[in-house]
Amino acid sequence: MTRGRIRAKLRRSQLYTFACLRPHVNETEGSVQGCPRVIYCNQPHMHKKRPLKYCTNYISTTKYNFFSYFPKALFEQFNRVANIYFLIAALLSVTPLSPFSPVSMLLPLAIVVGVSMAKEALEDWRRFMQDKEVNARKVSVHVGNGVFSYKPWEKIQVGDIVKVEKDQFFPADLLFLSSSYEDGICYVETMNLDGETNLKVKRAMEATSPLNEDEAFKEFTGTVKCENPNPSLYTFVGNIEYDRELYAIDPSQILLRDSKLRNTAHVYGSVIFTGHDSKVMQNATTSPSKRSGIEKKMDKIIFILFAILVLISLISSIGFAVKINYQTPQWWYLKPKETDVYFNPVKPLVPGLAHLVTALILYGYLIPISLYVSIEIVKFLQAIFINQDISMYDDESGIPAQARTSNLNEELGQVDTILSDKTGTLTCNQMDFLKCSVAGTAYGVSPSEVELAAAKQMAIDLEEQNREIANAKHKNSGSEIELETVITSNDGNDFKRRIKGFNFEDSRLMDGNWLKEPNVDTLLLFFRILAICHTAIPELNEETGNLTYEAESPDEAAFLVAAREFGFEFYRRTQSSVFIRERYPPKGQPVEREFKILNLLDFTSKRKRMSVIVRDEDGQILLLCKGADSIIFDRLSKNGRMYEEATTKHLNEYGEAGLRTLALAYKQLDESEYSAWNSEFQKAKSSIGADREATLEHVSDMMEKDLILVGATAVEDKLQKGVPQCIDKLAQAGLKIWVLTGDKMETAINIGFACSLLRQGMKQICITALNSDSVGKAAKEAVKDNILMQITNASQMIKLERDPHAAYALIIEGKTLAYALEDDMKHHFLGLAVECASVICCRVSPKQKALVTRLVKEGTGKTTLAIGDGANDVGMIQEADIGIGISGVEGMQAVMASDFSIAQFRFLERLLVVHGHWCYKRIAQMVIIKDFPT
Amino acid sequence: MMNSNAASSSTANPDAAGSPDPPAPRRSSKRPKYSKFTQQELPACKPILTPKWVILTFLVVGIAFVPIGITSLLASRDVVEIVDRYETDCIPVANRTDKVAFIQSNASKTCTRQITVTKHMKRPVYVYYQLDNFYQNHRRYVKSRNDEQLKKRSKTSETSQCEPEDTTPDGKPIVPCGLIAWSLFNDTYTFSRNKRQLTVNKNGIAWKSDRDHKFGKEVFPSNFQNGTLIGGAHLDESIPLSKQEDLIVWMRTAALPTFRKLYGKIEVDLEENDIIDVILENNYNTYSFSGKKKLVLSTTSWLGGKNDFLGIAYLTVGGLCFFLALSFTIVYLATWRSFLPVMEQKSRRALSKFLEPE
Repeated sequence: MTRGRIRAKLRRSQLYTFACLRPHVNETEGSVQGCPRVIYCNQPHMHKKRPLKYCTNYISTTKYNFFSYFPKALFEQFNRVANIYFLIAALLSVTPLSPFSPVSMLLPLAIVVGVSMAKEALEDWRRFMQDKEVNARKVSVHVGNGVFSYKPWEKIQVGDIVKVEKDQFFPADLLFLSSSYEDGICYVETMNLDGETNLKVKRAMEATSPLNEDEAFKEFTGTVKCENPNPSLYTFVGNIEYDRELYAIDPSQILLRDSKLRNTAHVYGSVIFTGHDSKVMQNATTSPSKRSGIEKKMDKIIFILFAILVLISLISSIGFAVKINYQTPQWWYLKPKETDVYFNPVKPLVPGLAHLVTALILYGYLIPISLYVSIEIVKFLQAIFINQDISMYDDESGIPAQARTSNLNEELGQVDTILSDKTGTLTCNQMDFLKCSVAGTAYGVSPSEVELAAAKQMAIDLEEQNREIANAKHKNSGSEIELETVITSNDGNDFKRRIKGFNFEDSRLMDGNWLKEPNVDTLLLFFRILAICHTAIPELNEETGNLTYEAESPDEAAFLVAAREFGFEFYRRTQSSVFIRERYPPKGQPVEREFKILNLLDFTSKRKRMSVIVRDEDGQILLLCKGADSIIFDRLSKNGRMYEEATTKHLNEYGEAGLRTLALAYKQLDESEYSAWNSEFQKAKSSIGADREATLEHVSDMMEKDLILVGATAVEDKLQKGVPQCIDKLAQAGLKIWVLTGDKMETAINIGFACSLLRQGMKQICITALNSDSVGKAAKEAVKDNILMQITNASQMIKLERDPHAAYALIIEGKTLAYALEDDMKHHFLGLAVECASVICCRVSPKQKALVTRLVKEGTGKTTLAIGDGANDVGMIQEADIGIGISGVEGMQAVMASDFSIAQFRFLERLLVVHGHWCYKRIAQMVIIKDFPT
Repeated sequence: MMNSNAASSSTANPDAAGSPDPPAPRRSSKRPKYSKFTQQELPACKPILTPKWVILTFLVVGIAFVPIGITSLLASRDVVEIVDRYETDCIPVANRTDKVAFIQSNASKTCTRQITVTKHMKRPVYVYYQLDNFYQNHRRYVKSRNDEQLKKRSKTSETSQCEPEDTTPDGKPIVPCGLIAWSLFNDTYTFSRNKRQLTVNKNGIAWKSDRDHKFGKEVFPSNFQNGTLIGGAHLDESIPLSKQEDLIVWMRTAALPTFRKLYGKIEVDLEENDIIDVILENNYNTYSFSGKKKLVLSTTSWLGGKNDFLGIAYLTVGGLCFFLALSFTIVYLATWRSFLPVMEQKSRRALSKFLEPE
């Protein structure tokens, strides 16, 4: 509890300059209309009766229940045209019109329908078990008199006060009342909602944030009036009446179901939307049923067969009627004078029609019902083969591959375009501190995966050359050995080190050796920037005694781990200070230092940098800054550019090695200079109005200039095992691979290089929007025209290219993509994209992922495959012809929505190239063989 | 309350630090078991169509088929078959304008025919009647019988399916019921050679299984051909159905409108140029639907009756195979040098793919 207490006292909001902007509450009155939902907080008994009785928190994603299963599943089955046809045929075969006994029609139909229905039932049962698990999760609920006790999620009612603890999911949509932090801040991870892995800050209302103890809820009541349930994740309209005052609620005070509480010991919230009313459930889409190409083609063939059948029956019944009319009266042995429905020489039309029906049934074998049965069985067996494949079993996680629907097996062999997510699919979402450049000297010898892959490729190339060119044997073998040593040294490393987030290796800096380096002062500064300039919180792991860091991004955590390994351990943060334990091995004894944080200008995607202003123990004021290299280089002072040239060179090298880079810089401040700026800053901070953000940014901008460059860091976004090789092989097999990622362009390009999606010789076509800030129709048009021009230019360039081996890579950014996906542009865009060997879309939203998938699917008419691991990929997975979920660390949403699930990206190769190929070939052969007799 | 909070946050902690190892037993249970079948590593083989194989196969087929064709053709040639069409000739010239009226009248329909034996006929000589344009396969006709009634005495009144020939107007069941039985062929033939009668053996002309299992020994005809419209032959009510072999033969309906049915066997050899006198009762009405009637005498070979088609088909296929083998050999000899490496490579690749799936 002690740790919790320390943190509880932190007023974390002061850390943030930008993230915690507080809109001032002055529009409290008159928002009652449009807010029909009334919630009495902490008075769940009020919600027991109508009209305030809202739906329970019990969720059900099943299609059927016990009673509705039979009629509903039957209805589903007979939605298929083939089944309807067979049913009618079977029914007719019971009538005397039938030329043979009804059993031969009814039995296969019963088997087909029965098997499919059993499959449906099994799948629904799985869904039911999953729902049951979710509904039975426990959460602490206020039961009265300040006592909280655990209840399963399904028992939660609107109006309940719940207490959610760290790393728990929110059981329903909550109104955020207070947290363990005094100022009512909490961090949530919304991975399941939008796929972003970074933490988001939420804040409670000032009025309720003091309620951060269990006892405080003894007397608490409030009345919330808000909008009706809707699927919009980022809006909320409502207000709360508390202590006879009315406060407006904004979306940042709403904690959404299925997001996760992070970095915060606990929060209190009042339940607003439960169960199917919650925003995430409102967002759920029913998965469309997918059908494979063969099945579609078979439908066509069967339609043709049916047409032939009708034709044959028609001809034969016309012939029958004619013959009956003209000949049979002479056929005395038929007793033509005693007529009935089926035989009437006088009125040939009636028996003609009756014969039509008979003929339809008789020649019904032209439509092979047994083919459907056989296909179902074969596909089921193929799914077992996929599930049982030992080469697609991941030993580390213990998860085998799984064919969740068997009707797309053969489609795997037909894939043309793969659309892949990045984080969690290609990469592990784990950053390793790999290299750095300080004072113009590059440190860090361990190679990145890109370098390894390149070295391997070169080694193979050289081997081939060796075989061909015997003369150059001597020369090449030398370099080959060199390359191999690089590889083996790395292999050896895997055994000894395993510090998460740290893969740095250089004896010049490790174990305190940096003290012997020539530019000790710069190095010291470098390490301090790493240790101080961040927003993370240290956390003591009670089992191991090690510190772990809870950071907003994995990069930051990697920096802190690196700093710790270098001897600068960040171990404590208070409201105003950062504490660092510095170890200089010669002395042995760590020195604890306190840095007073005066200001923190936090990171936003627009600023692309963050800085802290600290006062060290000597009273000196420093501005420490880290950020994207281009941004930092623009802000260097004249005498701060000493290392610029060398650092730029290193940064380029790192970039080519597929690493994420950041530049570090600092600046010393006079007391007077600082206080002058600070007063202005405080003024801006407390100002009210729309331009507050702009002023704040302007003021920050003033401070973050004339910096002195210290160095740069290179962090490796670790790729999953075997990804480059897999992508390489898939590319060789002629598949196109598109990467759709929420990351920024630079990262995406780095990863592109890392997983051999982009190669050095490739020509990159970057399409970016001009100035995304401008609003208004005219500006929009201009942006659009510009993008169109870029696209047409690029297309022209590709057309004019003479070199047949030239490969192009298209890189496009989310905002640009939004324009490019508009109806009038999308075909130009697609035309360009299909010409390129690889396509990377960065900064795309889940919706855009689905849209891009649809564009590719419908635009090219070829089979698309989407692979992803997070809830943000669900749209894409459902949209694509085949959806594959990575069943790894993240939630199960992607897997649940997918058609196949595998544990690692690299298994995709075997799934597509081996299983897909085999399944397709076998099914096709079987259809031909089965169709032949008919 | 505070305590529970502390406890839960501390238990939550190790999870946050990330314990990568799930419990071991669960892990091993999910691992697919290795077997050659589930890993699809069973050995497999597949013919690779190299020129040598193809030529060899065609040769073998050709070698096998041509002799078979020749022998069956010879066997078919050995069969002696005499066909005598009589439906028009057996009507007196005066009545030929209205044949139907004649056949439905009570006039004597006895008719004499002379058949010359063209070639020595070894016994047994089979006697067939051949009808033409008679649709025994009509649905209404085929269905019009009741197998239960034919089989069991207890089911005598079982006449479903037999419409329109199920019961007599006063409701008594007809045995055997149905159109097929009702339209039983009733022409009769008597053969004599040099004024000496040739006996026609009518035993064992029907299938044994039909006699033993399909037509009951205790089922006797009753109410048969009692109606106003007489279809075909009458049956002796004292003989059980299983002995009425003409009926049994007739009720095994023909699939095509032209068909032969066995009438009987002549158990003596017929010499060449023998003249056989046939006295026939031309009772059966095929004139309504202008059907032909033929009397057929035929011997059999080991292959059955006269049938040239089988031998010709064998010879054609065999010849074609020889031709293909020959032409392939020529093509192969002309070009084998150029496409040998391609084949080798292809077959090796195909082999390796099947033996060692990746």
